[in-house]
Amino acid sequence: MDKQNDALQIKGLRDGLLIALGPGEWKDLQNALLHRIEAQQPFFQGARVALDVGPHALRVNELSALRDRLSEHGITLWAVVSESATTEKTAQLLGLATRISKPRPQEAQPYTSEAADKEAALFIGRTLRSGTRVEFPGHVFVFGDVNPGAEIVAEGNVFVWGRARGMIHAGSKGNTQAVIGALDLSPIQLRIADQVSATLQPQQNPRPELASLSEEGKLQAIPWQPT
Amino acid sequence: MSAKIITITSGKGGVGKTTAVANIAVALASDGKKVCCIDGDIGLRNLDVVMGLENRIVYDLVDVIEGRCRLRQAMIRDKRLPELYLIPAAQTRDKSAVSPSDMVRLCDELRPEVDWVLIDSPAGIERGFRNAIAAADEVLVITNPEVSAVRDADRVVGLLEAEEKGAPNLIINRLNPSMVKNHDMLSAEDVLDLLAIPLIGIVPEDESVIVGANRGTPIALDGKSKAGQAFRNIALRLQGQQVPFLDLDAHDGLWARLQRLTGRK
Repeated sequence: MDKQNDALQIKGLRDGLLIALGPGEWKDLQNALLHRIEAQQPFFQGARVALDVGPHALRVNELSALRDRLSEHGITLWAVVSESATTEKTAQLLGLATRISKPRPQEAQPYTSEAADKEAALFIGRTLRSGTRVEFPGHVFVFGDVNPGAEIVAEGNVFVWGRARGMIHAGSKGNTQAVIGALDLSPIQLRIADQVSATLQPQQNPRPELASLSEEGKLQAIPWQPT
Repeated sequence: MSAKIITITSGKGGVGKTTAVANIAVALASDGKKVCCIDGDIGLRNLDVVMGLENRIVYDLVDVIEGRCRLRQAMIRDKRLPELYLIPAAQTRDKSAVSPSDMVRLCDELRPEVDWVLIDSPAGIERGFRNAIAAADEVLVITNPEVSAVRDADRVVGLLEAEEKGAPNLIINRLNPSMVKNHDMLSAEDVLDLLAIPLIGIVPEDESVIVGANRGTPIALDGKSKAGQAFRNIALRLQGQQVPFLDLDAHDGLWARLQRLTGRK
């Protein structure tokens, strides 16, 4: 009994429960969790649960199996928090949140050179379909399309080797130097730093374009010209 | 026999999932295959009405899963085609009465009995959708040539990819060639361009589909209807046959354009 309590910590959140899993084998933890839920069925019935899995790296089949088991007990799994990048990616693929509370809207911080050192880039080698959201503290490169209904929020630049038709936000922490480039730039909405532009009309003959902020701070898209 | 399990889903409601299930099932059964349809839309059942079997329901899907009857007892035999069966949804329960693992167990039990299992998915991407796709060997995503339906189909395709179900095949339903010609409707190319998944059929808009659904006589039984022909062709393609796409507009050569699109020419 005590052992089980070590493995599981359950906290109440404003909008549901947070269950933190301790160290140990994933299989044992999952069993301990389901065991606990069966023992206290009425308490868990209809609950919205966020799971903190710590460093466990979970694959799609493991996480979706757990989600299905939970839903058999009337529990909605809405978020998975983890230190593992694999698990975060898995959770995003399954449409689960990876952060429990939205960070408070930060007061417009002046952009510092310290943040500019974040030169890391995330490479996404597939098309982002509707409902996918990618957030990254550096640059994002998509080798594929960004379909309507998909969102990219990057602190750095965003490049799409394909059609950009979803929502793209570059320089999300206030970097006004950020740019967005795409082979066909016709997104639902484009944002750089705190500037928002509405739909750019799809072009008859798409050509590569680069969007940036002009000196007046307005969003502009400039076609690529071979020089 | 080891049945192939096909789920038809769409994300958005009202695009023709139930109609497609009924018609493809009828077409497969007419080809001499043993087919069982499962209505996955618990609480909002329609497939029995569209197939004209409403008055024969005694047991339903939830009865089988909760052990109140044997699988055989819930399989309603079609009145026209002796090798076509339906397992209806429960009308007085909701999606949570069934879990994805229940569906896998049920389909495993059904596998040796028939050649094809067709599952009708409810609209949405929640529990009912996950129940419907849990056991599927193959998924067909159906959409209308409308921006909102295509957006939802794209979301569903993404979810299916995340569940590692493999790339689904696409049915474009209710295409109106003259509206496409006047640029008032998305063309098949526009839809394929966005979804980028293999196409298995284009069904033209046809009033008789609605009449057939209301009468409980799926249109695929009607040899003259173009929509019925389109559904029969989908059934043939599911069975691995190469069938050319219907020429929906003799003047504009949609077929020629499609050939170009699919790279066959």
